[in-house]
Amino acid sequence: MLSDARLVAAKDLRIEMRSKVATNQVLPFALVVLILFAFALNQDPPALAAAAPGLYWVAVLFSALLAVQRSFAIESADAAGEGMRLSGLDPAGIFLGKAAAVAVQLAVLEVLLAAGMAVLYGARLQDPAMLVASAGAATVGLASAGVLYAALAAELSVRETLLPLLLLPVLAPVLMSAARAWQDSMSGRPGLGVPWAELLVVFAVVYVSLGVVVAGPVMEVT
Amino acid sequence: MNPIVSRRASLVTGAVGLTALVGIAATVWLGLWVTPPAVGMGNLVRLLYIHPPVAWVCYLAFGVATAASLAYLWPRTRSRSWDRLAGASAELGVVFAALTLVTGSIWGYPTWGTWWTWDARLTTTALLAVLYVGYLAIRKVPGSPHVVARRSAVVAVLAFVDVPVNYLSVYWWKTLHQTGTVLDPSKQLKVHGIMAWTLLLGFVSFTLAYAWILVQRYRVAALEDHRDSDGLTSAIAERIAEGAGSPTRGTPSAAPAPTVSTSPAAASLGGNGAGSLARGVSSELDGASSVVAK
Amino acid sequence: MAPAVHLRDALALAGRFPALAGVDVDVEAGEVVVVRGANGAGKTSLLRLCAGLLALTSGEGRVVGHDLRTRRREVRRHVGLLGHSNHLYDDLTVEENIRFGVASGGGRLDGVAAAMDHFGLRGRLAGVPAGRCSTGQRRRCALAVLLARSPMLWLLDEPHSGLDPEGRHLLGEMIRRGSQGGATVLVATHEGDPFASVDVAASGPNPREIVMGGGLVVSDRPASMAAAGS
Repeated sequence: MLSDARLVAAKDLRIEMRSKVATNQVLPFALVVLILFAFALNQDPPALAAAAPGLYWVAVLFSALLAVQRSFAIESADAAGEGMRLSGLDPAGIFLGKAAAVAVQLAVLEVLLAAGMAVLYGARLQDPAMLVASAGAATVGLASAGVLYAALAAELSVRETLLPLLLLPVLAPVLMSAARAWQDSMSGRPGLGVPWAELLVVFAVVYVSLGVVVAGPVMEVT
Repeated sequence: MNPIVSRRASLVTGAVGLTALVGIAATVWLGLWVTPPAVGMGNLVRLLYIHPPVAWVCYLAFGVATAASLAYLWPRTRSRSWDRLAGASAELGVVFAALTLVTGSIWGYPTWGTWWTWDARLTTTALLAVLYVGYLAIRKVPGSPHVVARRSAVVAVLAFVDVPVNYLSVYWWKTLHQTGTVLDPSKQLKVHGIMAWTLLLGFVSFTLAYAWILVQRYRVAALEDHRDSDGLTSAIAERIAEGAGSPTRGTPSAAPAPTVSTSPAAASLGGNGAGSLARGVSSELDGASSVVAK
Repeated sequence: MAPAVHLRDALALAGRFPALAGVDVDVEAGEVVVVRGANGAGKTSLLRLCAGLLALTSGEGRVVGHDLRTRRREVRRHVGLLGHSNHLYDDLTVEENIRFGVASGGGRLDGVAAAMDHFGLRGRLAGVPAGRCSTGQRRRCALAVLLARSPMLWLLDEPHSGLDPEGRHLLGEMIRRGSQGGATVLVATHEGDPFASVDVAASGPNPREIVMGGGLVVSDRPASMAAAGS
């Protein structure tokens, strides 16, 4: 399972390095979202700084949606995903590999986007250990739940419209917890964020293990 | 004559339905005319006899949908009847979730001064409704019956797993940093006497109503499957006739003779084979007949 | 040795459409079988069923000794399907695609170079992204994956499409060698005479021709009889 996962993750990341969709499209999109929030909130600096963590995680959430869609778009061209299924790769390995590749892309995006947030919203990134820990857990949760649902929708003709409907409500707790953990850290109350980070870890563990268990039925499309 | 629901079964469900309707009517009568207004809330308290039972049915329906989905995914208990049950229950769950939110809002506005509040229970219920709307959406995506059943069951289970995490996060979100809960302690209710009995009647009646509609919805789904498996029989016959009708088309020009000589066999298979094959298939697909009569 | 393919009354649904309406087929290990039939006769569905891609709705089905219902993953490990798609990633090079295809299929990577050689994919072409390759070159890539994996059962669905005469010849060579090496080969085609340059008849001890129609096998006989009939 793990060697299959490594193979798939390496393949996905290599494709990403070549096509640069994450850096050339998803990241600029996330930055545009951050800027739009600023317009929507009337460019009011105190309001923006206060709302920064929530807006940041909304932008990450949308980017995660794009990233998982992209992750399965490469599989539907020339029926490559069918090729993977045909080759007898462990479905759990495919799930873990794709989730890992998405998580790596999201992590890079989060770092760049955090810098953007600091500049645009004047937010102060205090307590980096807590920020990184909660963001790490949130990223694993976003990637695993996202890949699981995207795999479910991948072979359907209505996937573009169905995936957000299925996925975003599921990710609501991640959004809430991550935003809250970051808010506590950035407003200088680091201890308060700990339960939120723990909740993020629980979510990540639950969806990674669920993904491993149900990857078989999810990826078997006939 | 309905081929798959026995007369006795339909009498039993009819009785359940009648009891449910009478029970709800009695609840309304007791709730509106017999029970007294409450001290803090006045006449608003009468929503007590509707809102909690409706909310309970909503959670019950989602619970049943999840349990049925798990039963479908478990290989030993896999059967399309679980899938039908899950779909029927989830539909009712969404309806009752909407009723819960509406009655809650109607109660909330005069009591709390707002139609909506980001309370843990409210928010979780709303998210639950949205999750199962997604579930119903994926049920409608076409595919062969077992494929649809499997992916729906996975979505139902994934959605349900999300519920506790959701509840916890919303609960903390509201309570960890802010003091005071939504319910003002001075407005807490004391439920006693006729009020308690009316509330209990409400719970029982709405649960019976749920069971009644669930069974009816399940039967409709079973009939649909029955119709589809009939359709499959004729589809198989048509499919076979397609080949028997024009056996030589597309075969290589090098060898028409042996092909033609075999085609009567194929044609006779088309006549007899389709029926027996489809009978086998409808048992594979859990043809509705055996499961509904219970 | 278990038969390569054993189907009894096999019914497979595509959505609600019975793509295969009760197929009976037995293929011994090492045979080369040509599957013919009109468009929509069920050739592709038959191959996809054997590859474990299409679910067996009712009937019996065993492929390389594994049950199609319960052990699809084992079936896939031992089966190579070349369908209408080539399963290539546009952003990976020819060589990377082939290596990924072979590695994910559990094949040994030391056969990759020889397979690429066989289909003329070495040299400059190896480093070209698959997205910039022509249809025929992409087909060659997919064939090279199959050759390097060398599974027990080869399922070739219209393998000639997009191939030039040289490519067709190389494909014929590959089938011949594969069959000599003990592989079972099913080739589906609706072309009139696709084997002008392939010479299937010479490739196995008992080459057969199956004709499908209406989701059923309507005729099944050795290819030598077909030749005699003309």
